[in-house]
Amino acid sequence: MKAAAAVALGLLLALAAAMGWLELRGEADRGAAAAPTHDAALVARGAYLARAGNCQGCHTPRGAAPYSGGRGIPTPFGTVYSSNLTPDARTGLGGWTPADFRRALHNGRSRDGRLLVPAFPYDSYTLISAGDADALFAYLRSLPAVERANRPHALRFPYGQSWALAVWRALYFRPGRFTPDAARSAQWNRGAYLVQGLGHCSACHAPRNLLGAARDPLALGGGLMPMQNWLAPPLAGAAAPPVASLLQRGVSGDAALLGPMAEVVLHSTQHLQPADLQAMAVYLASLPPPPAPRGGDAATGPSRSGGGAPDAAQLERGEKIYAERCARCHGDDGRGRERAYVPLAGNRALLREPPANPVQVVLGGAFAASTALNPRPFGMPPFANELSDDDIAAVLSYVRTAWGNQAGAVRALDVQRWRGSVRP
Amino acid sequence: MAQRLLACTGCHGKDGRAAPDGYYPRIAGKPAGYLFRQLRAFRDGQRRYAPMGQLLAPLDDAYLQQIASHFATLQLPYPRPPPSRADAATLARGQALAQHGDAARDIPACRACHGGALGGAGADVPGLLGLPLDYLNAQLGAWRTGARHAEAPDCMAQIAQRLQPQDVNALAHWLAAQPVPAATPAVAAAGAQADAARAPDPPGPAAPPPLRCGSMSVGAGVR
Repeated sequence: MKAAAAVALGLLLALAAAMGWLELRGEADRGAAAAPTHDAALVARGAYLARAGNCQGCHTPRGAAPYSGGRGIPTPFGTVYSSNLTPDARTGLGGWTPADFRRALHNGRSRDGRLLVPAFPYDSYTLISAGDADALFAYLRSLPAVERANRPHALRFPYGQSWALAVWRALYFRPGRFTPDAARSAQWNRGAYLVQGLGHCSACHAPRNLLGAARDPLALGGGLMPMQNWLAPPLAGAAAPPVASLLQRGVSGDAALLGPMAEVVLHSTQHLQPADLQAMAVYLASLPPPPAPRGGDAATGPSRSGGGAPDAAQLERGEKIYAERCARCHGDDGRGRERAYVPLAGNRALLREPPANPVQVVLGGAFAASTALNPRPFGMPPFANELSDDDIAAVLSYVRTAWGNQAGAVRALDVQRWRGSVRP
Repeated sequence: MAQRLLACTGCHGKDGRAAPDGYYPRIAGKPAGYLFRQLRAFRDGQRRYAPMGQLLAPLDDAYLQQIASHFATLQLPYPRPPPSRADAATLARGQALAQHGDAARDIPACRACHGGALGGAGADVPGLLGLPLDYLNAQLGAWRTGARHAEAPDCMAQIAQRLQPQDVNALAHWLAAQPVPAATPAVAAAGAQADAARAPDPPGPAAPPPLRCGSMSVGAGVR
């Protein structure tokens, strides 16, 4: 018995030591506090990088002072509240050093040593170069200080506990800067750096496991965004020129970025230099496209719509609703009008499984982002109050099988499930 | 522009209309400054209605201004109001408050800010006629409880908090029963000249509004 206890104790100590090593690996000495820089070029570079990372998307609550934090981010584990990144001495980053900030980005640890929740995507930010981290910090230090105390997260037990975060990190987090692939072009490497690191595209475009960790984050195979119930489509293998243009304009001849991505376009990608957008697009195009699953053209996992062919009665109902409500803009032939109403014939977003995005767009309506190149986007009206779940399922089943489209039926149950989704 | 904004007219229609989750008010002919503030408040979460917030989330201020201007310039005829179901005492109470206020409770008359004919004033103050009873009741109630609010100093909130529930009811009934005078333009192009040019308003310079309002642009109202 005694020997067994000793072995158990020894194992426990070894585990603790391993956890300790896993926790602290890759953390540099943080040095002494340094005066904030007033290097205008560095601040400007940081401002650009903050755009690229869409930091304000989480850290600026709607209508509040920039980067003052407190925006609630709904997650399957509870609500996470973003922190105040303004240089306020008491409630913001006023007392932080550049090294503190680097450690937060690279190691997911706050200035006081507390582990940060991985809703802050440090599994991506760990790739950011030290120089870029310092530029971001210099930019944040240049903002007007706002006194607003951070609000504690409202996470269900045990997700916010430091031991639970430590276990999560031991399982899923690997710190380390981006290393260029010498066999690839500088453009490809720049794109990879932005997509994998600061852009944190995997936060939405990689499928997640039950503990919220990205499965195969570099593959960007797409997935249903939890809580919001929009489908983040697979990015791998997308053709480069349309992607760069979409990220800049928000729309192309036959597609529009809607829902959560329209906000990313508004606040982030439209402001990026065309060379950076092109680099990101070239990198994404180089990724192997995910294998096609059963019953869908896009690799987003097995169909959750139940799929199957719609029955004749549903199609007849759908065709009637389409003629009454949709054809005026999208056309009897489903070809829409270029740069105004997207074509539905052959529309990739319409045909993906699960059909979350078409359901969301019909329910809530949608505008593309207003961008410098498309300042007055067209909007689709919401139909949540006009059409029942059965009606929406019928009209979507119709457009998903008309004009040569070949996707599964949409069930009223899917519409019901995605009604009332949460948007932060 | 109308083709771009079918997302708005799909619900609000020409005159506004009731829906299962509340009332979509008329937006045609409301003042541009007022409409812009409402659009921005919905987008930024100060005015809470999730479907509006989500729809407007990807739009910038410049486009919201253009949307506001587009609807402000629409001159669509108003339908006749339905006959009121309120009793004479309620209507009299509403009329007295709208036209004269209640000095004892420091409640200014509606017409002191919203135009002599209650058709709105300048680019920032909306008209109060042509709105249905349910919408007026809901909005006055929301101002009163703080669910609806505006930039500080929030004059409308201050006034609404001095109203009793019976006042809200009386005002809503009386306002909802008034026809929109055909001669009243639904919107003033901008500022005081257009306001003064409006036929039913008293001639000459308007009396200074009784309260300071954060939701009025500099030059349009109180300084």
